[in-house]
Amino acid sequence: MPAKKNRDKKAAAAAAAEAETPAAESTTTEPQQPAAEPRPPVQVLYCGVCTFPPEYCEFGSSLKRCKTWLEENHPSMFEKYYSDEALQNKLGTLSVEAQQKLEKDTAKKEAKAEAKADAALKKKMASPITIKRIERNKRKHVTAIHGLEAFDIDLKKAAKQFASKFATGASVTKNPQGQDEIVIQGDVSDEVLEMIEEGVGILKGIPADNVEIKEDKKKKGGDD
Amino acid sequence: MFKKLPSTDIAGQTPVKSSVQRSIRASVLSQWKIEPETLEAIWPKKEGLVHVKCREHLSIYTVKGEPLLFQHFDGPLYPTLRVLHKYPYILPMVKVDRGAIRFLLAGAHMMCPGLTSKGGYLPPPEEAVPAETPVAIFAEGKEHAIGVGITKMGTEEMRKINKDVGVETITYLGDDLWAVQSL
Repeated sequence: MPAKKNRDKKAAAAAAAEAETPAAESTTTEPQQPAAEPRPPVQVLYCGVCTFPPEYCEFGSSLKRCKTWLEENHPSMFEKYYSDEALQNKLGTLSVEAQQKLEKDTAKKEAKAEAKADAALKKKMASPITIKRIERNKRKHVTAIHGLEAFDIDLKKAAKQFASKFATGASVTKNPQGQDEIVIQGDVSDEVLEMIEEGVGILKGIPADNVEIKEDKKKKGGDD
Repeated sequence: MFKKLPSTDIAGQTPVKSSVQRSIRASVLSQWKIEPETLEAIWPKKEGLVHVKCREHLSIYTVKGEPLLFQHFDGPLYPTLRVLHKYPYILPMVKVDRGAIRFLLAGAHMMCPGLTSKGGYLPPPEEAVPAETPVAIFAEGKEHAIGVGITKMGTEEMRKINKDVGVETITYLGDDLWAVQSL
């Protein structure tokens, strides 16, 4: 690849030249000289709904919501992308049929994405949480909470919150099934349930109906 | 390449040795059209690079948790799309026509006709890009880049053959690498 090598060399030479003349940085006025100041980055606006630059929203799966978002937050940009004139220009090289097909596809995609999001939300709202009281020996217990992660709760932070609330140890551990759960020392299951019901700190948005308290006794000997 | 990037793929994060950082910096300066000052602005010397190892020898380099560049095996270094949006001139530009956008957003590679058609753009013959070069993929009528790709044949060849894959898409708008804003 001779061309690439050439470019490498050129760039290296330019870098070397620059290293040699650090003093010239402040006084240089030649337009060809690489500017001493870093070139400012292009400010790019990203859509608050689909995270794309707004010009690509039309290809995303949430065009309607993107449009309202842009209209509310950046009316000038909205004008630029969705005014009649802009829509006319967009047709450009594409035939009418192709454009229609594209629109149909987009609408379909949108409906699909919405249905998917709905289903995901439903599933999330229905996912169970178990608070388990596990007996360590006769009068000592630990409390294991499982299923919090389905509600976008940072388990580590939640464990920290429990630890400081109850002044005991609380940690995130893997249970035998390989799922993460929070283990709190001491029998605090009722208090934890209360906290979840009230939505203290980061434990927000959990439907209390999904919470279940279980008891786990040690199977040992026959005298239990 | 980044259509799927589940968190289970990420094998670990390690800070990069300063000597390795120096070599990465040098190769970035030689591979991209970027001035040392600009690079300094996005990746300050004091700020250590963190190497995020993923499956299949994929390495993502992050600064302050933000993915900055990535590499597959010892291949060329690619900027992430967010970096490219800020500094669009660092890679040579190719442009695809409007019809190709939705395929690109689904992760397809870019076929030559989409690049050579009226809405497309390839660098003029005097600035021809050879094969296996990272390029910024733009789209007809759009201001910002839509993806990062690697040429599978020279741009002149693309014009001549006008068939098959011209630019292989590496990362594109809306893939999983785009979705991770910090690692």
